[in-house]
Amino acid sequence: MTNSWTDIKNADLVWIMGGNAAEAHPCGFKWVTEAKAERGAKLMVVDPRFNRSAAMADHYAPLRSGSDITFLSGVINYLLSNDKIHKEYVRHYTNAAFIVRDDFEFNEGLFSGYDESKRSYDRSTWEYKFGPDGFALRDMTLSDPRCVFQLMKKHFAQYTPELVERVCGTPKDRFQKVADWVSSTANGERSMTIMYALGWTQHSHGAQNIRCAAMIQLLCGNIGIPGGGVNALRGHSNVQGITDVGTLTAAIPGYLALPTEQEPTLESHLSKRTFKPLTPNQTSYWQNYRKFFVSFLKTQFGANATPENEFGYNYLPKLDGIYDCIKMFDLMHQGKTTGLICQGFNPLMAIPNSNKSREGLAKLKFLVSMDPIETDTARFWENHGEFNNIDPAKVQTEVFMLPVTSFAEEEGSVTNSSRLIQWKWKAADPYFESRTDTEILADLFVRMRKMYEKDGGKGKEALLAVDWSYKDPLHPSVDELQTELNGKALVDLKDASGKVVRAAGQRLATFGEMRDDGSTDGCMWIYTGFYGPTGNMAQRRDNSDPSGLGVFPNWGFSWPANRRIQYNRASADPDGKPWSEAKKYMYWNGERWTGPDVPDYVPTIPPERAVGPFIMNAEGVSRLWVRGLMADGPFPVHMEPFESPVGNIVFPKLKGNPVARIFKHDLAALGTSKDFPIVGTTYRLTEHFHYWTKSVQVNAVTQPEFFVEMSEQLAKEKGIKHGQMVRIRSNRGEVKGKAVVTKRLKPFTIDGKTVHQVGLPLNFGFIGETKKASPINGLTSAIGDANSQTPEFKAFLVNIEPIAGSVA
Amino acid sequence: MNIELSRRSFMLGAGAGLAGTSLAALGFGEIEAAHALSIRPFRLAQTKEVRSQCPYCAVCCGMLIFAAESKEEKGKMEVTHIEGDVDHPVNRGTLCPKGAGALDYIKAKTRVKYPMYRKPGSNSFERVSWDFAMERIAKLLKDDRDANWIDKNRDGVTVNRWLTTAFLAGSSVANEGGWATFKVSRGLGLLQIENQARI
Repeated sequence: MTNSWTDIKNADLVWIMGGNAAEAHPCGFKWVTEAKAERGAKLMVVDPRFNRSAAMADHYAPLRSGSDITFLSGVINYLLSNDKIHKEYVRHYTNAAFIVRDDFEFNEGLFSGYDESKRSYDRSTWEYKFGPDGFALRDMTLSDPRCVFQLMKKHFAQYTPELVERVCGTPKDRFQKVADWVSSTANGERSMTIMYALGWTQHSHGAQNIRCAAMIQLLCGNIGIPGGGVNALRGHSNVQGITDVGTLTAAIPGYLALPTEQEPTLESHLSKRTFKPLTPNQTSYWQNYRKFFVSFLKTQFGANATPENEFGYNYLPKLDGIYDCIKMFDLMHQGKTTGLICQGFNPLMAIPNSNKSREGLAKLKFLVSMDPIETDTARFWENHGEFNNIDPAKVQTEVFMLPVTSFAEEEGSVTNSSRLIQWKWKAADPYFESRTDTEILADLFVRMRKMYEKDGGKGKEALLAVDWSYKDPLHPSVDELQTELNGKALVDLKDASGKVVRAAGQRLATFGEMRDDGSTDGCMWIYTGFYGPTGNMAQRRDNSDPSGLGVFPNWGFSWPANRRIQYNRASADPDGKPWSEAKKYMYWNGERWTGPDVPDYVPTIPPERAVGPFIMNAEGVSRLWVRGLMADGPFPVHMEPFESPVGNIVFPKLKGNPVARIFKHDLAALGTSKDFPIVGTTYRLTEHFHYWTKSVQVNAVTQPEFFVEMSEQLAKEKGIKHGQMVRIRSNRGEVKGKAVVTKRLKPFTIDGKTVHQVGLPLNFGFIGETKKASPINGLTSAIGDANSQTPEFKAFLVNIEPIAGSVA
Repeated sequence: MNIELSRRSFMLGAGAGLAGTSLAALGFGEIEAAHALSIRPFRLAQTKEVRSQCPYCAVCCGMLIFAAESKEEKGKMEVTHIEGDVDHPVNRGTLCPKGAGALDYIKAKTRVKYPMYRKPGSNSFERVSWDFAMERIAKLLKDDRDANWIDKNRDGVTVNRWLTTAFLAGSSVANEGGWATFKVSRGLGLLQIENQARI
């Protein structure tokens, strides 16, 4: 989230699309009802289903799952063609004025540089034009035909309300009202927040859905202000923290990159990432990348990281490609994987195409499950009839099911969706023989290192180089690990005059103290300060809110630098004055930037220096045009899901996302609309959390079994009665469940054709207290978003039939 | 709205006040002791209380978790009650249908109590010791790492990677445990590392 849960109360308009906060985040959604009750804010919901968020909305618009880009592009077109944008914000705080290279082109849905045989773009033409001084060219009047603003107007012109209706199935008037309401916030007087979740990400073009949202918010000037922002409502309690920590194939903590094999030396890695400013006077904060990276290396390798060995750079594994979960299970399915460790992860349920996953798991030599509860994955080898049909005798996989402490039996910091780091104290002792994740991994690591020391083995040097100098190597303490996350001075740090500013051994107060010469450590710069010299900021519990704006500046610690609203310099105009009294937040008081939050800016830089508010970007401004930073285009275009009931009406030549990666097995497993004419989509129920609470009695009582939601029209067409058992099939598998015939779903009319959609709750399986069900991901396809590889769970094709004689 | 007084001490104070003063003031001194005995002690007063947070979605609602001596395991503390933290600025004491049932998650029938092991081809899990499990997993990891370790690629660049074992990291572990997970998995040279952020 750019903003915070409590900031939602400052919104004048709340737009929920690609999420269902009322059911999936009920206690966060409370801030929407607060905004409605206290400010008279309006809520609008756009979703294929009339869900419980929609039930609370002032306006609801349906759309066919997978068509979001067209809907959102329609809003962008409305704002641009009616000149309903926050012009000064757009001019000064976005790259609207930047001039794009002359050889950039866009034809029939494809941008210049497309190579069909490689399914990828050469993105070199998507760059700015540069002047002789090396800086990007701009036209501040926004009238140059090659400036981003003019290219945008042209690009989005075809997304008319009529096209939105044809592609999305949204009645024109319903769409029009959304666009009107959005435009009412494009003035600095009112703000809109956009709240989304996996309904936007889980598409083969998911990242472009979110880009559309960012563009709308920038056109309206809704980024950096109270009640604004693009707010990802994240799904697991610490998924934000774990994303920050970077237990992901290509990541290093704090959004640094794991080196690739094209970067044989430390310098070759750093030089690609310390971006120089693209216009004069810009901060371009990534110029500090080397300080953060070297401090990380000092924490990972400790005394073994020296200037002579490039701080241990070569001990790090180097990438030859990325190994996201789809790739992981494809390799496993090919029999190329020996072992899998699942830490609080139930991939048989969570990964697309469960039949492929089950076959892959059966090819492993060993599987380790570390979890407080039994998972379906840990018992994948067990026969559960039609729900998990497998012969245990044929599965040669050794399986370990290790008991892990529950959330209440351990302490530590957890980062919520608002980037707010809060502490949880240990409430009880470990249940029976359960151990913490840290204890289990420390035990394995120490044992393996002893084996290598005693018996030798491959890669011994890299393994032994890792710093493991914890007081008790089998039990690294939470305090020690938190100190590593924060960072400390390794020698006395002095300023230019020679004065000691941070004594050796002291924890760092901010990432501004980090150095690139090995004199500081700290593995995750964005958290630096959360355990600073004054103590554990995550434990702060002062819930006073002096500004009344829901800032709560002394509750926990919000990364980075305890900042609650990101890009908040943009809440003031170029002269440093608030855009309006109504949205006053951070401003220049003649001497420094001040306000209720920590400025997202160097606090003493005066407005006349014209340093842009988007200090992480080399341009100093935000990007309506993303240059070559996204795989599938500098602007969004309408792409259909890989399994779609209709062809691409806007760009007939495009089949799915033209640069999405598809493995052979998954391409062959795609179905067609002839055999599978109905759109399927999966989602959570409010009574359940993922695949955990099917093991919890109280939740199983409230929602005991899998069901499928469908419209009255579809039920009639298929001869299905409410409560009857039905079979849902895709080209990859099938599930059975009771039919819930409901008015919440209505058929869509797409370009004159009737298209049905069914809703498939995902929370069931064959282990736990709920009635046994086949994994819902037995239906879904293992194709991911072209940028993030997030699987296309939200739009795929199924068919449905009644099972005779079974009405509840 | 800072609550200085903990709820527990407030309840204790209020209870003692009622038994000790109001009845005596009304002239019922002699039955005071008997009456006090008849009042069941406030159950939460017997518990240890900590501030925690909900393990489910990323709203991370504040929770008060109460623990008492375990009935199942002598000498250990177990969770006996969970409620929303009224001081918490986001959830202000509320919990949703999931969080309100979190106690039952801790006590789920499918909670794993001991390290369990399933042999190749077997139809069941058997209980094993931690030492057996750790030694066996460490050995399996080392065998695979030694067999498939790549120290240099074809161009002679040092790559120090291990591609045949995969690690799916959890998104409910705290940041400190998450960092330990990073340090170990990368320290081993793994590239097949993933968490729920992508799905």
